Amino acid sequence: MEEETKRAIIMEHYENPLHRVRKDNEDYIKINTNNSSCIDNLDIYIKFNKDIIEDITFEGEACAISISSTSIMINNLINKTKEEALEYIHNFYDMTNGKEYNEELLKEGNAYHDIYKQGNRKNCATLPYRGIEKAILESLK
Amino acid sequence: MNREDFPLLSEDIIYLDNSATSLKPKCVINKMNEYYEKYPANAHRGDYDLSFKVDQEYENTRELVKKFINAKYLEEVVFTSGATESLNMIVNGFFANYLEKDDEVLITTSEHASNVLPWFRLVKKLGIKVKYIPLDDHYYVTLDNVKKMINNKTKVISIAGITNVIGDERPIKEITKLAHDNNIFVVVDGAQMVPHIKVDVKDLDIDFLAFSGHKMCGPTGIGVLYGKKELLEHLEPINLGGGMNESFDNPDEVILKELPTRLEAGTPNIAGVIGLGEAIKYLNNIGLDKIIEQEHKLRKYLIDKLIPIKHIDIINIESDSGIVAFNVDKVFSQDVAYFLNKYNICVRAGNHCAKILKSSVGVTNTVRVSLYFYNTYEEIDNLVMLLSDYEKIVKEMI
Repeated sequence: MEEETKRAIIMEHYENPLHRVRKDNEDYIKINTNNSSCIDNLDIYIKFNKDIIEDITFEGEACAISISSTSIMINNLINKTKEEALEYIHNFYDMTNGKEYNEELLKEGNAYHDIYKQGNRKNCATLPYRGIEKAILESLK
Repeated sequence: MNREDFPLLSEDIIYLDNSATSLKPKCVINKMNEYYEKYPANAHRGDYDLSFKVDQEYENTRELVKKFINAKYLEEVVFTSGATESLNMIVNGFFANYLEKDDEVLITTSEHASNVLPWFRLVKKLGIKVKYIPLDDHYYVTLDNVKKMINNKTKVISIAGITNVIGDERPIKEITKLAHDNNIFVVVDGAQMVPHIKVDVKDLDIDFLAFSGHKMCGPTGIGVLYGKKELLEHLEPINLGGGMNESFDNPDEVILKELPTRLEAGTPNIAGVIGLGEAIKYLNNIGLDKIIEQEHKLRKYLIDKLIPIKHIDIINIESDSGIVAFNVDKVFSQDVAYFLNKYNICVRAGNHCAKILKSSVGVTNTVRVSLYFYNTYEEIDNLVMLLSDYEKIVKEMI
């Protein structure tokens, strides 16, 4: 992915994030996710339908990297099974750790390919993933 | 001024996060190395020359602190790990034994977490009440607002001398007079005050003062708890152990040492204490009056340059210290900090540990520039040049 394309994707999802809405209905599980090293703080709302992730939304305050990453993640996880979602999440972690990963699977998530080079921003990009992973693992217990 | 004293300042870096911690001059670093290299023995322990030297250096710092804050007695100066520990000792060692259910403690919404959370614990533990002195339009504490909050249940006023987000100086002397006329104790969080302006505990007549070494050119992990002697006598040691006891044959016969030793259990941060002494000498040589004067000049220069920039919203146009808190229109504070970092400029983004301030200011997070005497007009020019280019900020913040 070209640098300019990555930048454009991140800015688009930061300025116009998708699924940024609070959900108070009982169908949604709320998970707070924050970075101890910085001030990003997001609430993620997730609705399961048996094994399928039917909907995800979020709200909160965070930097451009966190907000855009959340928007992209949600877009890519809705309608996936829990297992598919976990596979996506682990691929994203592998990418941000500079390891080999399935590029095709991540789609716009590839915009964060070089984030591992900026140690302090890696946590911003992975913030929503840690929240959603926790919610999925809890639901599988 | 005095830039040549700071090793970091020979690097290509602009350090504007002095309220978090100040830089350390070479003399402080050398002094701590001197301890580790030349007399690395324990304090208060050995009957040999090396240990005697340690004792001399250690107690010499106590003398320096006493003069620096103009305490009446040496015993009123207790070494701690920092302002946080000092405040926790004051709250848990003294006030936890003094306050009763429904007693009221006055703080403000712009206090640092260290001057909020220990009191919150007493709310849970003892059923005391924490109340907030309202801030005025500029987020300042006025004597009138303190007066309005006082009633016969008010037992403590615990506030920062200067706050760490707004940088406002509180009228401590007047507040203390009012407090004492009403039998109220005054605790001052001096973390942002002692490094910048002359604090005279006798003149201010405050009951307790807490501050840290690392914000005043000293080492990390060292701070001071000052308390009036007659009050410190009743401060129950939180830590019990070596160095602070006379004898302990059985639980009924534990005899503790005199002040201040009984409040300094265990092997202290000796290098830190000695380094703090050197930092005080260093600040005395420059002169606190010159330090604050330079900070004011630098701040005015910065504010005058920021005000005309339309996309910058300054939270504290007025302030008594070197702190400027602001936001860039529609840009998250942390993104601004990341942007500046690309140009080797260090600023802080966040709530600066004053999490309840948002209820007063209406803004959760800000970018904070905090200046100290060694910053320069050129550094401010560089900062302003970057901040004035909105397109550049947005382009380079990710």
